[in-house]
Amino acid sequence: MSTLLHQPSPAQRARDAYRRRQTRFSVLVAAASTAAVGTLLAVSVTGAPGWERVRQTFLDPQIARDALPRVLTGLWLNLRLLVCCAIGALLLGLLIAVLRTLRGPVFFPVRALAAGYTYTFRGLPLIIVLYLFAFGVPGLRVQGTPSVLVLGALALILTYAGYLAEVFRAGIESVHPSQLAAARSLGLSYRQAMRHVVLPQAVRRVAPPLLNDVVALQKDVGLISLAGPIDAVRAAQLASAQTFNYTPYIVAGVLFVLLAIPLIAVTDQVTLRAARRQSGG
Amino acid sequence: MNVQPAPEVLRCRGLRKEFGGQVVLDGLDLSVAEHQVVALIGASGSGKSTLLRCVNLLEELHDGTIELDGEEISAPGVDPDRVRRRIGLVFQSYNLFPHLSVLDNITLAPRRVHRRSRAEAEARARALLDRVGLAAKADAYPDRLSGGQQQRVAIVRALANSPRLLLLDEVTSALDPELVGEVLTMIRDLKADGMTMVLATHEMTFARDVADQVCFLDSGRVIESGPPEQVLAAPTHPRTRQFLSRIIEAGRLPG
Repeated sequence: MSTLLHQPSPAQRARDAYRRRQTRFSVLVAAASTAAVGTLLAVSVTGAPGWERVRQTFLDPQIARDALPRVLTGLWLNLRLLVCCAIGALLLGLLIAVLRTLRGPVFFPVRALAAGYTYTFRGLPLIIVLYLFAFGVPGLRVQGTPSVLVLGALALILTYAGYLAEVFRAGIESVHPSQLAAARSLGLSYRQAMRHVVLPQAVRRVAPPLLNDVVALQKDVGLISLAGPIDAVRAAQLASAQTFNYTPYIVAGVLFVLLAIPLIAVTDQVTLRAARRQSGG
Repeated sequence: MNVQPAPEVLRCRGLRKEFGGQVVLDGLDLSVAEHQVVALIGASGSGKSTLLRCVNLLEELHDGTIELDGEEISAPGVDPDRVRRRIGLVFQSYNLFPHLSVLDNITLAPRRVHRRSRAEAEARARALLDRVGLAAKADAYPDRLSGGQQQRVAIVRALANSPRLLLLDEVTSALDPELVGEVLTMIRDLKADGMTMVLATHEMTFARDVADQVCFLDSGRVIESGPPEQVLAAPTHPRTRQFLSRIIEAGRLPG
């Protein structure tokens, strides 16, 4: 109510007017510099001696239209893979992180295994893991070996769980020990204290970096094309091999970016909310 | 005094605890009868908090025994979770769970440990909150509460387990002076209900008013104990005298 009735003093009115002038000036400068940089980029790219050839091989609208349905079909595979791999990697990562926090000599082997796992899979290039799983495992000729698609997904899950486990562990360690002491003093077992007190706080704190890793996973799902399944990247490769034109790759790239945008937006939103909560808003 | 001595709830004998070679508890003896309130006083580092954490089995003992209702809880093979269900501990820094509402903070242990139904646990939690005037805050999150309100919720959380013994570790030390009163009133009410309590405190006036027995701790042992009027007004041990004269100088106990 009082804000409605409040009459700003001449000093405040002068301050407001000054700020408005400053804002208008900043907007003008930003618009002018953006236009200048944009023009410079456009001129230097389109004015390059090879521009016509590049435009034909990378940006052919007809080829893009022809390739789109096939690339989209492939992208549907990427999307399903992303969902499965993200869920699998998050669960496995959480499990590894919890195993690494166990104390006591009884759990030494479990701890050592979990630590060894995160060291190995964070160090191993994803492509090598993918080759090992997609080509090495079927080579064993064991009965009931799953399809290359499932094996490739396993490679992605194992690699990303290594990273996610470390993010989860950082979250678990950021919860003050007094929280665990308070939970234990109420009679909760270690498992109950972890489940109801420590993990909920830990996961909330590391939600932004976790989602960031999921965005990275979203791109790397495309690497499964190296093992054979026809995903968006593989579909683009096939299309470009037929037309001797790289435009299908651009189509796939644009689709990947479009797929990432909602995920990135959610990540930003969660990060913002976490920051606001930390500042006690 | 009672004609028939009340049964002992807690008995500590020869407790020893070291942290990295430093002796924090050094052959400490303490016994607490039912419905009795024992105040632990002493300088910082005299072992008050360590004693309470040891009794709640949050710290490992290096010697001595602890009995709760005649059962040795420091014996090997005793399930600490079962012991902690019978002992409530309230911390200096409240340690409420920030991701849970006040109600969920209180009902967590009754539901998960004591396997009460949600409705039953919540009804009891609301009744306890109502008694301390915090019924309106049941659905709030801890960061919306003042320090005094948070500490009262922490005490209610410990009480929801219906403990045999309540341990209070300097529960007013982190509070603004104006908020100390509401917490002390609550403890006074608990004493009237007959709750057996051990409290570490720097509030000498409060110790004098509420405690049946005051124990002065120095270098990890009880060097003087007795009724408050004796220990606080006419101490016999020179270390107790020195400690209390400093307290009186600092204006925390009217001389």
